[in-house]
Amino acid sequence: MALTKAEMAERLFLEVGLNKREAKEFVDAYFEVVREALEKGEQVKLSGFGNFDLREKNQRPGRNPKTGKEIPISARRVVTFRPGQKLKVRVEGYAGPRE
Amino acid sequence: MTKSELIEALARRQTHLAFGDVELAVKSLIEQMSQALSHGERIEIRGFGSFSLHYRPPRMGRNPKTGDAVALPGKHVPHFKPGKELRERVNQSVQLQDA
Repeated sequence: MALTKAEMAERLFLEVGLNKREAKEFVDAYFEVVREALEKGEQVKLSGFGNFDLREKNQRPGRNPKTGKEIPISARRVVTFRPGQKLKVRVEGYAGPRE
Repeated sequence: MTKSELIEALARRQTHLAFGDVELAVKSLIEQMSQALSHGERIEIRGFGSFSLHYRPPRMGRNPKTGDAVALPGKHVPHFKPGKELRERVNQSVQLQDA
């Protein structure tokens, strides 16, 4: 079981009172606005949750795992997530299976 | 981009919604995501990414002030894996600049 966009929209319908279509559109727009900011090279800081940061990676040597042939991994920009203090504390308390 | 800038961006996009509802909806989404992770539930958003928990085993740490050894219990930490669309869009903006 995992939290999905459908479940998030259902809760916006129940908790905020958006109609089902508005709720579905809102969840899509929410993730799209975050993607657009990151695409523009802008960090996204959601207090209480965490920050989505951008990191520049230099080119580095890699290997095709199938053929074993060496191929360079090109320089790229990647997204990293740094959980905020509040989220870290809430998650630390989870005593479930040790994955 | 901060949480309040995200709320403003969504309010500009979803003009049929009252500003207060946009605020409530964003807060609800962040709370839903925090709650899911604090219960050990994964979050899966196609095109954006997935959040899950990683387990950190117990270890011996040190009090940085006194140098005394302290036993630190095992814990879970949030982990984010960007989805294909997000990875490509974030990286593409860099490739375009370089071209």
